[in-house]
Amino acid sequence: MLTRRIIPCLDVQNGRVVKNVRFFEDHRDAGDPLTLARAYEVQQADELVFYDITATHEGRSLMLDVAVQVAEQVMMPLTIGGGINALTDFRQLLHAGADKISVNSGALTRPELIREASDHYGAQCVMLSIDAKRRPGGEGWTVHRAGGRVDTGLDLIEWATRGQALGAGEICLNVMDADGTRAGFDLHATRAVSRAVDIPVIASGGAGKLQDFRDVLTTGEADAALAASVFHFGELTVPQVKAYLAAEGLPVRPEWREQ
Amino acid sequence: MSAPEVALLDYGAGNVRSAARALERAGMRVRLTATPDGLENAAGIVIPGQGHFRQVMEAFDAAGLRDPVLAAARAGQPILGICVGMQLLLTGSEEAPGVPGLDLVSGQVRRFTPAPERKVPQMGWNALEPRGDSPLLRGLPTPAHAYFVHSYYVPEDVPVTDGALTTFGVPFWAAFSAGNLHATQFHPEKSGAVGLGILNRFRQHVLNG
Repeated sequence: MLTRRIIPCLDVQNGRVVKNVRFFEDHRDAGDPLTLARAYEVQQADELVFYDITATHEGRSLMLDVAVQVAEQVMMPLTIGGGINALTDFRQLLHAGADKISVNSGALTRPELIREASDHYGAQCVMLSIDAKRRPGGEGWTVHRAGGRVDTGLDLIEWATRGQALGAGEICLNVMDADGTRAGFDLHATRAVSRAVDIPVIASGGAGKLQDFRDVLTTGEADAALAASVFHFGELTVPQVKAYLAAEGLPVRPEWREQ
Repeated sequence: MSAPEVALLDYGAGNVRSAARALERAGMRVRLTATPDGLENAAGIVIPGQGHFRQVMEAFDAAGLRDPVLAAARAGQPILGICVGMQLLLTGSEEAPGVPGLDLVSGQVRRFTPAPERKVPQMGWNALEPRGDSPLLRGLPTPAHAYFVHSYYVPEDVPVTDGALTTFGVPFWAAFSAGNLHATQFHPEKSGAVGLGILNRFRQHVLNG
């Protein structure tokens, strides 16, 4: 049976992982993407997402080096996102070794980017990331752009289904009302998107405790759960989350050792 | 004994860097090659492949690899196909009707039928169910999971007996060994310790390195 995925996400700026990753303070270099990727490989995380928050050209080329290093040294699926605006970005990062590319604002600006990337490189490497927020006092959610600063007014479900129709292979849904709250994923929004599309949905934003992962994979009907701070700060480890989910009857990839 | 050298075919069907490093990590030396030159000197030939069956097969033919690889296969040289590199060992694929595969294993590659509970492509970690005795899987602790990304599969009814099945709506061959031919539908280079274990077994039991 295909298992549910648990995915740590790391922010990278100018080739370095930013935000204090407390869990790794013992390591020589807590900002080194390769060191952190290796640590998550040891934890047997199912995939890894690096999100590039660099704004400069130099920072972008450093990100390509990160992709090369991690893809060559770490035997796990690697997604890279942040600032993806053109087919060239897909080409460069896939060539550097990324398995999937996460596109967000760039697809809102020019939705055809999804189709072009999907036609060129296959739907499986096009992850459409969506930042959504509940309509003030209203029904449903709207899509936000530019790191959540701008409300596009676009309906979440419409954008998700359009993204699928354009050729996205996966949707990563970050509900901003929940993001950073540690109060749990937004189960309603996640379930609404999961039911609206046929492609896998990764829930993001709000993970705080073990039960949150269970809830979003059951009630929320997500295929995968992505989290940042709970893992980086060592409050939860990937094996701990998986052991809990397995005990709750969810299919997860168990820890595996050669002996 | 020096590390056995494998020829990793870099014929334009996807990025091969991860595969190269993973093979090295499993104790092999890797010679990346875009041409058939010197294939016969390699201890084994690794055929990767990503993307559409037609494009992969066209790139394979354009690189002049069909006849040399067929000759190597018939001469008993070990071959390891990965992902679409597995599929092209078959007669053909539903993905590209009329495009001839290498036909080293009789049968047609088929497409998964999507269902509400089964999203295609299959993307993620799924369990290996060993069958018979494949050197790739010999002694591999179970349950073992590997990382898959694919919409097409090698059906259970093709004439192979040794490997591992995986179930995604239907059972299909996740890995097989048939004489000197070996293949995995999953990506060992993305499958963590399990992937490394399988590549180690390829070196140890197939290349005797």
